[in-house]
Amino acid sequence: MGLFIAQVLTGLANAGALFMVASGLSLIFGVTRIVNFAHGSFYMLGAYIGYTLMQVLPGAVGFWGAILLAGLAVGVLGVLVEVLVLRPVYRAPELFQLVATFGVILVIQDLALLIWGPEDLLGPRAPGLRGVVRIMGEPIPKYDIALLVITPFVALGLWYLITKTRVGVLVRAATQDREMVGALGVNQAWLFTGVFALGTALAGLGGALQLPKGGADLMMDFNILTAVFVVVVIGGMGSLPGAYLAAVIISVLNVFGVTYLPQSTLVLMFVVMVLVLMIRPYGLFGREEVAGEHGQVGEPERPFKPAGLQVRLLVGAGVATLAAMPLYASTFSQVLATDILIFCLFAASLHFMLGLGGLVSFGHAAFFGGGAYVAALMVTHADSPMELAFILAPIGAGLAALIIGWVCLRLTGVYFAMLTLAFAQLIWSLVFQWGDVTGGDDGLVGIWPAEWLKETTVFFYFALTLSVGGIIALRHVAHSPFGYALRAARDSARQAEATGINTKRVQLLAFGLAGTMAGLAGGLFVFSKGSVFPNELEIARSFDALIVVFLGGVKTLAGGVAGGAFFKGVEDILVRFEYWRLALGLLIIVVVILAPDGIVGSLRKAAERVGLLKRGEDTT
Amino acid sequence: MLELNAINSFYGKAHVLNDLSFAAERGQVVALLGRNGAGKTTTMKSIMQLVRPKTGTVTFQGHNITGLASHKVAKMGLGYVPEERRIFTDLTVLENLEVGRQPPREGTVTWTQDMLFDLFPNLAERRDNRGKALSGGEQQMLTIARTLMGNPSFVLLDEPSEGIAPVIVEQMVRVIQQLKADGLTVLLSEQNLHFARAVADTTVIIESGSQKFTGTLDELNAHPEIRDAYLSV
Amino acid sequence: MTNPALETKGLTKAFGGLMAVDNVSFALAQGELLALIGPNGAGKSTCFNMLMGQLRPTRGSVHLNGADITGLSPRRIWRMGVGRTFQITATYASMTVIENVQMALLSHHGQVFRIFPHAHKMHRDRAMALLEMVGMAAQAERHCAVLAYGDLKRLELAIALAHEPSVLLMDEPTAGMAPRERIALMQLTADIVRDKGVSVLFTEHDMDVVFAHAHRIMVLNRGQLIAEGNVAQVREDPRVQEVYLGGGTVFASEGAAENA
Repeated sequence: MGLFIAQVLTGLANAGALFMVASGLSLIFGVTRIVNFAHGSFYMLGAYIGYTLMQVLPGAVGFWGAILLAGLAVGVLGVLVEVLVLRPVYRAPELFQLVATFGVILVIQDLALLIWGPEDLLGPRAPGLRGVVRIMGEPIPKYDIALLVITPFVALGLWYLITKTRVGVLVRAATQDREMVGALGVNQAWLFTGVFALGTALAGLGGALQLPKGGADLMMDFNILTAVFVVVVIGGMGSLPGAYLAAVIISVLNVFGVTYLPQSTLVLMFVVMVLVLMIRPYGLFGREEVAGEHGQVGEPERPFKPAGLQVRLLVGAGVATLAAMPLYASTFSQVLATDILIFCLFAASLHFMLGLGGLVSFGHAAFFGGGAYVAALMVTHADSPMELAFILAPIGAGLAALIIGWVCLRLTGVYFAMLTLAFAQLIWSLVFQWGDVTGGDDGLVGIWPAEWLKETTVFFYFALTLSVGGIIALRHVAHSPFGYALRAARDSARQAEATGINTKRVQLLAFGLAGTMAGLAGGLFVFSKGSVFPNELEIARSFDALIVVFLGGVKTLAGGVAGGAFFKGVEDILVRFEYWRLALGLLIIVVVILAPDGIVGSLRKAAERVGLLKRGEDTT
Repeated sequence: MLELNAINSFYGKAHVLNDLSFAAERGQVVALLGRNGAGKTTTMKSIMQLVRPKTGTVTFQGHNITGLASHKVAKMGLGYVPEERRIFTDLTVLENLEVGRQPPREGTVTWTQDMLFDLFPNLAERRDNRGKALSGGEQQMLTIARTLMGNPSFVLLDEPSEGIAPVIVEQMVRVIQQLKADGLTVLLSEQNLHFARAVADTTVIIESGSQKFTGTLDELNAHPEIRDAYLSV
Repeated sequence: MTNPALETKGLTKAFGGLMAVDNVSFALAQGELLALIGPNGAGKSTCFNMLMGQLRPTRGSVHLNGADITGLSPRRIWRMGVGRTFQITATYASMTVIENVQMALLSHHGQVFRIFPHAHKMHRDRAMALLEMVGMAAQAERHCAVLAYGDLKRLELAIALAHEPSVLLMDEPTAGMAPRERIALMQLTADIVRDKGVSVLFTEHDMDVVFAHAHRIMVLNRGQLIAEGNVAQVREDPRVQEVYLGGGTVFASEGAAENA
């Protein structure tokens, strides 16, 4: 019994930081409609800044002062990011902003590395709270007790601010219709900035508060991000009590998990989340999200027709140039081209469901990495020939996509996106923790192609054929009745359902097809590299694909492929430098600000302006 | 009081307002008439600077407000009641009013919640209900009440009778007459001529974003060819 | 004796303790243009949603040409020959006008899941004929997102007619339109009723439209039918005047309506 209570208390203490970060994310999303991927980075900054301040400020006053100051400082940085990076892109199409926040993650990662170095920092202990208290014989750190007491006060304070004050009323009103709030005389630009500052300050506060327990390291940003998404989704987007309850549930569960099921700590969190969402699709305290209400911007995409002769010739010439590569380019270039082709197929598969279907998946890496692992597992454990393993990659990924899609498609909008992320993380944690089968962190190695594909040049042709073939197949489907139905379900599910189209089934099959194609890319990947590691299943890999699709242009058919080629090419050059993340992050931010229609979309508009292309009809 | 001078506004690339000019005098109810797509809503939004005119000026009480942020325009005493109502459905009636609240303004009525509940008795019973629980007519009243909380001297009403039961539209007529008696200036865009006739002092007819006629309803009736050409009645 | 096109018996929907629709029974005759009017929040939309299958009735039944369709899914009801248009237009903004209609035809022919043919070549002639019927043929290749509001409404009508429905439900068909456009759209609807034998049930707040075109009018108030009859009967009904019509200052006088 004593141990049980002790564990509950530890869980409650751990919930503090998680709640603060999650409530901040939830607040920011509510008002700005931006899923702030960089939220984990602000949490990390809070920890680092708090650490530095604690070195300087002495004693208990210094310790607690450092925590408050760290929160404040991170809030100020939040204002900076909001004003410099986000304000210019508020008018860009929906969800485009999240690419900008991803750029911010990269920049902050490298800045932290630059300032604080690569070593993990051990957090100082809180003065006066170093010891433990014994509750029913079990030792509980005094600092945990302090956290346990502080968090509900923060939660109550926030709740009061949001439900009882004028500022709270304005924030909630802006959550629904920010333009109208402005037209009623409220300066919404500063309301946005204020909410962003509050949200990031909460993240910073969370980061600084957990210093004595967890210290500071460069992995903190992504590590907390998943947990935070899970908390927000379980609690219900925009609900503070929900975020608190969910943070407690997840933290307590985690403590028990570590004790009783150490192999499954990561998996547990997602299982809980899936269970909650099966019963309450919009989280414990969440409400159904109404998409497409006021405050959404961006014009609808234009109609498209199958490519004309001109475009076909152009594409043909491009493919021919690629096919001739072995004649004029080095083996190294062919390897690079293979990488790019595989990545383009992966991006095109996401673009298919995201662009045409409006299904924003944050976890598409599950099917890319999943395909790769299916093949690798077959080779490692079943000694299957390469050909069989390779064919099973897309099939396995496609089946997984159908199952995951079936669950995720019960939800829409950002809940759908979060749920796909959670599933991707579930698969990642399975692979990561089930070391006996998957090799865990060490990955699976020695996965080489069959004898006839061993040559770099031969494999290049193999990859070229399948990638280009896959991309063309996806494009063909886009022009088929099924592709039209997918767009119809996105444009107006109401009308589609009213005219007999089973929109959920259409979307599920599209999800499955996208997963299959991602699995195909994964299969190509694993045999081109000879190995696969869990990072192919990571959030970062999913984000790569998202960024590429958005940068390329969601509303253009070629967006995924163009973005893929651009991104992979640039990344390949940049990774040769030490602080490549910084450079890449800044580049992404610049592209987002300068080319809000994506690369293809912006090029098309530019071409129209100078008269190279026929203008589309004006949209009103 | 309000003057539009050669306004050109665009929606994306579509040219919606084309050298639009007209003026509204203090204390008048001006009906802005015209077909669908003639630019009535864009005119309202261009005055509020929710759509920024590319060229031309909007002058309000002698100040050039072109290019100002919308919240500054609202703070100067312009109240906007949009066509789609856009009440905050998750907020209660009282909270909706709170969003609209602005400090008292010299020369205009300072509205309180109680005064508004006198004006719209239906809202009083529903003060603690969320916006989404209200019927269409109640929502329309709430939109107007919310705007009045800002103590405006000038109200823009975009198609207030749209989708509202006739009996409520009649109530709306009484409200507008009351506002006029209180000294407010009103610019009203309408498709329902019966309604416009009941409240308006003068009319401005626009077509393709340009002003085609200005005058009283009697003057308009004297020119049936204008009515036929631009109003599609 | 032929069955009514659409018939409800004791249709009831309770939300918690609130009776949104309370024991409503009516019959829509073949080829009839029947208006359902009433104050905002009277239960018209709830009623529509039950007829279309979006909501399951708490009690009561809905019959379509004699067949019980109570509680069937919206897709099933559509396939059985009920079309609808929305109060707030719902069209596919990223497609052309004709593609919007082709989409409905693809669904009607059960071809939604085909992935080999090029969709834009399918059912073009039939789609064009439908656009012709609603006067939108000239705009067939335009981008749906740039259409004027009145044209969107006509496009919606073409979509709703794609599967040759026997019953058409129209939710405030002329909302947001100019007076002349309203008359034109309802005239078009009346023509279709006559030519195709479609039966139409519609809600509307514009009394000029209702009085000019409805064959018969039902009045719903607080979930209950309080009056039913022809234009004159409903106009003169004191209860209808009290809860809905008011003093009649905001729509055309009787003489004007008859001339329209």
